[in-house]
Amino acid sequence: MLTLLGLAWRNLRSAALRTGLNSFALSLGFVMIIFGQGLLEGVNRQAERMAVDYDVGGGQFWQENYDPYDYSTLIRAHAPVPAGFQPLIERGEAVPILVVPGTVRSAVGLMPVVLKGIVPGQQVVKIPSAGLDSGNGLLPVVVGLRMAQMLGVSAGDTVQIQLQGPEAQTVEVKGRVAAVMRTPVTTVDEGQLWLPLDRLAELAGLAGQATLLTVRPGYPRNKLPAAPGWIFQSPAVLLSDLRQMIGTKTVGQSVFFVVLFLLALLAIFDTQVFSIFRRRREIGTLVALGMTRGQVVVLFTLEGALYGVLAALLGAVYGLPLFVYLNRHGISFPGGSSWGFALEERMYPVYSSGLVIGTTLLVLIAAAFVAWLPARRIARLKPTDALRGRWG
Amino acid sequence: MLNMPDNNLIVETVELVKRYPMGRQELVALKGVSLRFCRGEFSGVIGPSGSGKTTLLNIIGTLDVPSSGSVRVLGETVERLSPAAAARLRSRHIGFVFQTFNLLPVYTAYENVEFPLLLLGMGAQERRRRVMAALEWVGLADRANSRPAQLSGGECQRVAIARAMVKEPALVLADEPTANLDAENSHHILETMQKLNQELGTTFIFSTHDDKVIGYLRRRIRLVDGRVAADETG
Repeated sequence: MLTLLGLAWRNLRSAALRTGLNSFALSLGFVMIIFGQGLLEGVNRQAERMAVDYDVGGGQFWQENYDPYDYSTLIRAHAPVPAGFQPLIERGEAVPILVVPGTVRSAVGLMPVVLKGIVPGQQVVKIPSAGLDSGNGLLPVVVGLRMAQMLGVSAGDTVQIQLQGPEAQTVEVKGRVAAVMRTPVTTVDEGQLWLPLDRLAELAGLAGQATLLTVRPGYPRNKLPAAPGWIFQSPAVLLSDLRQMIGTKTVGQSVFFVVLFLLALLAIFDTQVFSIFRRRREIGTLVALGMTRGQVVVLFTLEGALYGVLAALLGAVYGLPLFVYLNRHGISFPGGSSWGFALEERMYPVYSSGLVIGTTLLVLIAAAFVAWLPARRIARLKPTDALRGRWG
Repeated sequence: MLNMPDNNLIVETVELVKRYPMGRQELVALKGVSLRFCRGEFSGVIGPSGSGKTTLLNIIGTLDVPSSGSVRVLGETVERLSPAAAARLRSRHIGFVFQTFNLLPVYTAYENVEFPLLLLGMGAQERRRRVMAALEWVGLADRANSRPAQLSGGECQRVAIARAMVKEPALVLADEPTANLDAENSHHILETMQKLNQELGTTFIFSTHDDKVIGYLRRRIRLVDGRVAADETG
């Protein structure tokens, strides 16, 4: 095998330019796959971290009627906060949130919204609820930047809020935008107004009630209390939609890298086909000298596999510094919000050892495979034909 | 036909027939060839193009198998050998010299001659000794580091002879070895082969229609239309 490896290496060295070009093309595919997958992993992790920080927390207890995808359930999706939750709330380990349907009128017009009441100053999620302590006599409101743009309001502006009161009557109250939060998480922004929990409960006649209870991120699940009528939704469940969306996006993004990689493999395949055709006489000579046709197939396959090794080494030369730089300094990602889930404007790709090792193995195996495909023909080539430079 | 004792027998063919399919018809290249070659012979199969010379050498060299009949090479029945066993036989005991030299272009002269020894798994020191000795036999020790593209046709063929001889095989098969060489180089090559035959006792079987080669042969087997037409010694 070492003899074959040595011969394969010499054959590649003798065609230095072709070897260099093929290896470089394959290394581009190799580096682009790692770059792309690292970027997508970075997107994945960042989107999940944002969702956890702003919305999901360490999981949520949902009042049994609550269905965030069914607006009509909101009118009855509330219940008194169970006594078993109180210690968590008092220790700041969880925060109750009341969700009721409503409408808001601004200079732009009337719009149905979800009104969310949260404890001012809570630290469980990153909603800037400290602003809900103010209001200058008016009902303080915190909105996300996207919502503010939809309403055409900014901090200090007033809006007219309507909701259903205790006797099913319409309650109308004037609110003042206390803060506009810059959050990449659309699920706490679009179509929502954040209000002080007590004030919202009072207006809706739902004092002491909540729709959901968000637990602090990292809080041990085995220490969570159970409460009848309240269903715990783990972070994994709450993030499943996000993960599905990221998965859909990553498939689309991966296609580009896969196509690039396949083109590089095609270059190796072409080179092998040409090489085998051109070197028929050499194949016959190798057999005459005492090699089996199987060994000659291995020789040509090794040549292809060596392209993979060279590509990995070449890729490491320019890829590693690039990856280290990107990992430390990130990539500007101004279009992140258009992806449909939370992303910051600077993206930090994540290059795990598993990704690098896995991709390297993929390159080596794929290069050997595409080299082996045309080399199989050698096994059917008669040595006497090969020695005459014929293809049988 | 020579009648030598069996322990000297290197090659024996019995009623050898080789047919090649040619569409619906078939070409019969060998039509019942029976021959015996003994240790130390310097013999040649001569005849015009298409007479079956190369086919015979290919079958003796285990690169091809007969359609019928039998071939024994160094005690092994060729038609019964597995591809791996045939490769082992070639690797250990048979050297080839081709009309077009067939050197590996990416190797130097030294590496070309060394290659058969690498396939035999020989140690580096013994390899080096044998390669240099083989290159000295053919007078090319000073061109050891040259690649085939840097050598003349005669030098390439001498490297090919060194490659065939380096493992000191029992049998060397030379298919039109002088066809691409001028007269001076042809004589040089043939004298080298004759010297190796006499010094090492290696059996040489040529395939040729070159009068220069025929003049050196001690035994001449004339093939005509796939049959042995004459077998002369002396």
